Amino acid sequence: MAWVWFHRFGSPPYLYRVAGRLTPWFAWPALVLCLTGVVWGLGFSPPDYRQGDGWRILLVHVPCAFLSMEVFVAMAISAAVGLIWRMKAAHAVAASCATLGASFTVVTLGTGMLWGKPMWGTYWAWDPRLTSELLLLFLYLGYIGLRSGFDDTARADRASAVLAIVGVVDVPIIYYSVVWWNSLHQGSKLIGEGGIAAPSMWVPVVITIVGFELYFIALLLIRVRGEILRRERNASWVAEALGLVPPAPPAVGSGSASAPISGPTAGPKPAAIHPAYRGSSPA
Amino acid sequence: MMHFLAMGGYARFVWPAFALALVVMMLNIVWARGSLRAAQAEARRRVLSMREAYGTAPQDRGAQR
Repeated sequence: MAWVWFHRFGSPPYLYRVAGRLTPWFAWPALVLCLTGVVWGLGFSPPDYRQGDGWRILLVHVPCAFLSMEVFVAMAISAAVGLIWRMKAAHAVAASCATLGASFTVVTLGTGMLWGKPMWGTYWAWDPRLTSELLLLFLYLGYIGLRSGFDDTARADRASAVLAIVGVVDVPIIYYSVVWWNSLHQGSKLIGEGGIAAPSMWVPVVITIVGFELYFIALLLIRVRGEILRRERNASWVAEALGLVPPAPPAVGSGSASAPISGPTAGPKPAAIHPAYRGSSPA
Repeated sequence: MMHFLAMGGYARFVWPAFALALVVMMLNIVWARGSLRAAQAEARRRVLSMREAYGTAPQDRGAQR
């Protein structure tokens, strides 16, 4: 009984409707939190005693780095749910995650390079953390490429789900790479000793992280709606969801009051039968 | 103001990082909204073309129930 809410999300019309309603509830707080965190971090936080003002890059680097991994995990879980329970809505969620995750990975790598140059003296090093993050980008691109390689959506769902489930093994590798191997990259601890110590610095970072998470959810909801509509464009709920009022059925006897009541031409001319109705009851 | 923009000598790293993040975030919004609008327009076009050809569309069945 407790899982009823979860199963309802497997219904494309329900998910389409709920996603539309929820989007502003995530989008506006995301905007407020991102602006608050960035303005606070850029304008009111002190410089770091080692990194100077260069630490401010972390205001965008850290949220995107978290999201690049989280989105892949979300994509793999959705793909697994879609694969195991054959839930089309779950595949739509997984497909919607890919582009967003890839974009967060690009920002993570780009801002990381811009942070690395003044701190490490180089834009890029074949460091375990950087290399595994680059591999994550290739996994996202591979997922997107694999999906676009199939004309049949069901086959694309299955093939890309396998890639997402196998590829998710890269996420713990990214996270623990700084523990398992010697790395230029700082440890996985963000706040406190070894990370950002002062509350006036880590609070805006945390605010930005929450803002980016909400931003991702808002965008995911928008993308999922588009993906569902693309998959379900012939489904019976689509006209109503788009606000297209169906044409009124012809009234009995309308337009034939003066026509003869018998004979081969009696009554209104029947409309052509739509192929979808042939061989089955329209209701 | 110049002091703020100079970012303690890190301006050429800090501002491009924020610009990259901003551009990608904006592109994400534009792409997501564009993708949804394109899907809605395509679905709407299909419904209307079916109605025009057959008087009704399979997508109307849910509304007629």
